[in-house]
Amino acid sequence: MRRALWLAGVLVALVALNVALPRLLNPYLFQIVVLCGINVILAVSLNLVNGFTGQFSIGHAGFMALGAYGSAMFSLHVGQGWVAALEAGHVPGVVAEGFALLLALLVGGLLSALAGYLVGLPSLRLRGDYLAIVTLGFGEIIRVIITNVDAVGASRGLPGIPGWVNFFWVGLGVAAVIFLSLNLARSTHGRALFAIRDDEVAAEALGVDTTSYKVLAFVLGAFFAGVAGGLFAHYLSYLNPNSFTFLKSIEVIAMVVLGGLGSVSGAVLAAIVLTLLPEVLRPVKDYRMVLYSFMLIVLMITRPQGLLGNRELSLTWLTRRRRRAGAPSA
Amino acid sequence: MTGDVLLELDHVTIQFGGLKAVADLTLQIGRGELVGLIGPNGAGKTTVFNLVTGVYAPTVGRMLFEGRPIQGMKPHAIAARGITRTFQNIRLFASRCCRDNVCIAAHQHARAGLADAILRTRRFEDDERDIQRRAGELLEILGLSAWADTPAAELPYGQQRRLEIARALAGRPRLLLLDEPAAGLNPQESDQLMRLIEDIRQRFHLTILLIEHDMRVVMGICRRIAVLDYGVKIAEGTPGQIRTDPRVIEAYLGEEVHADLGAGG
Ligand SMILES: Nc1ncnc2c1ncn2[C@@H]1O[C@H](COP(=O)(O)OP(=O)(O)OP(=O)(O)O)[C@@H](O)[C@H]1O
Ligand SMILES: [Mg+2]
Repeated sequence: MRRALWLAGVLVALVALNVALPRLLNPYLFQIVVLCGINVILAVSLNLVNGFTGQFSIGHAGFMALGAYGSAMFSLHVGQGWVAALEAGHVPGVVAEGFALLLALLVGGLLSALAGYLVGLPSLRLRGDYLAIVTLGFGEIIRVIITNVDAVGASRGLPGIPGWVNFFWVGLGVAAVIFLSLNLARSTHGRALFAIRDDEVAAEALGVDTTSYKVLAFVLGAFFAGVAGGLFAHYLSYLNPNSFTFLKSIEVIAMVVLGGLGSVSGAVLAAIVLTLLPEVLRPVKDYRMVLYSFMLIVLMITRPQGLLGNRELSLTWLTRRRRRAGAPSA
Repeated sequence: MTGDVLLELDHVTIQFGGLKAVADLTLQIGRGELVGLIGPNGAGKTTVFNLVTGVYAPTVGRMLFEGRPIQGMKPHAIAARGITRTFQNIRLFASRCCRDNVCIAAHQHARAGLADAILRTRRFEDDERDIQRRAGELLEILGLSAWADTPAAELPYGQQRRLEIARALAGRPRLLLLDEPAAGLNPQESDQLMRLIEDIRQRFHLTILLIEHDMRVVMGICRRIAVLDYGVKIAEGTPGQIRTDPRVIEAYLGEEVHADLGAGG
């Protein structure tokens, strides 16, 4: 019951914002809000892998690209036709497009998840560093393939993708990945992931199937990266392989590290900060990226554990902290 | 030793390059026993635990737990069969609080799946309540209740050793492997811990294999002791037999523990 109320509340809020935001913000600001949302999904999903589980994946842009192109191709070749057919049958446009978009996002997400499984299974059996190398290679391979396959526009890019994404859908994606992350963290499965991060040998000795859990986190992370890619594609209506370079992966890693490895709210906060920062720095023109990098370095020196460290932003955190101050110490 | 055999090592050997860390070890542990495994530095004691828990596969030999082979199984599967352990060089989940450290080990008994956890179903809530309650009990028994919310890394050393035991118990083992649980403790603390271990054994109907470097400590609570030296079992018997065994005395020569032998622990 309480859960139904929550869900209803979130949906109502998203619908209201969906109506209000485009009227309150100019198109430039609105686009930044949408990109913030997409980056939040990317950061929170990578946090499942790099933050919760302590693995080091550096190919998140590859999964995003797969989701983006996969969902775009689905919409171009299947979804659009269905929307036309539904509208001809007097189904309202919003409903038909929403349905087609949901399917496209699912296709993109599942495609990425499948790729995550195929890439993750062999490399996650091995120790840490292998995953970094394999995901690095994976991201580049995906980009090179896209750049060379004419069916997806090659280096010219893929235009004409239906622009079905509005604030509602981005908000829904953000809500979904945060909801999943937080509930996962506060469950036996989340504890298993944290255990792997802290000490893999001990986790395994205590009955945690470490390989399966690492693959699980990786596949979930890939799925949401794919969804983020799908939202990106259907928001801009145009895709270009240059959006998915290694630098994009690094940007998402920076968000996760800056937020505090393992902290969901930290990843959200850092994703927003790092999306806004380059925009805020626009007036300084050529020095923009220098300043951006400089501020990142300063942030990491002053807070090496990330903005929120290991913690979540919440009221219980504050009260627990106070209680701990009174706990016995030796 | 008579009756029900819980763990049986049958001519087990493991070779690291040219070194036989454990050589042709045959050892039986009966249900409900508390057996001591002792030996000088580098004798191969920890390696025996690593073999039994599946960290290493034996080069030669068979290992049976409750009559079924366990060699070649992955560590988590062996834990699920009912064998858990503590680590000599403490390996807690440092960033997690004590309660979570214990809950993690209860993991394999969770009935709620991933979907239950994400959707917070009734089944998940019930499960979680059980896990938390049991974790609370174990922390209580090990005298760690006051530290339940403290990250493991911030615990005093002695409490970290206890948390290792609480965590291993949360897996509801039938065989508990303790690797030098008293290492680094002073004599009083170590005696106290040994009494606690005997308590735990009775309360949970456990079988325990206890590694200890210091003979004095095990002599008090183990009715049967096996002695390793250079990977070879050189003696097995009651504390009285072990104390007077010439091969054991020779193995421990040059060690400080040597002095304790005559004193009789
Ligand atoms: N993975 C490994 N690779 C190579 N040699 C190993 C490995 N593990 C253990 N050894 C060697 O096997 C021998 C036995 O080591 P083990 O840790 O079992 O001794 P121990 O009896 O537990 O000693 P201690 O009392 O110091 O804990 C040592 O010589 C050690 O160096
Ligand atoms: Mg040892």
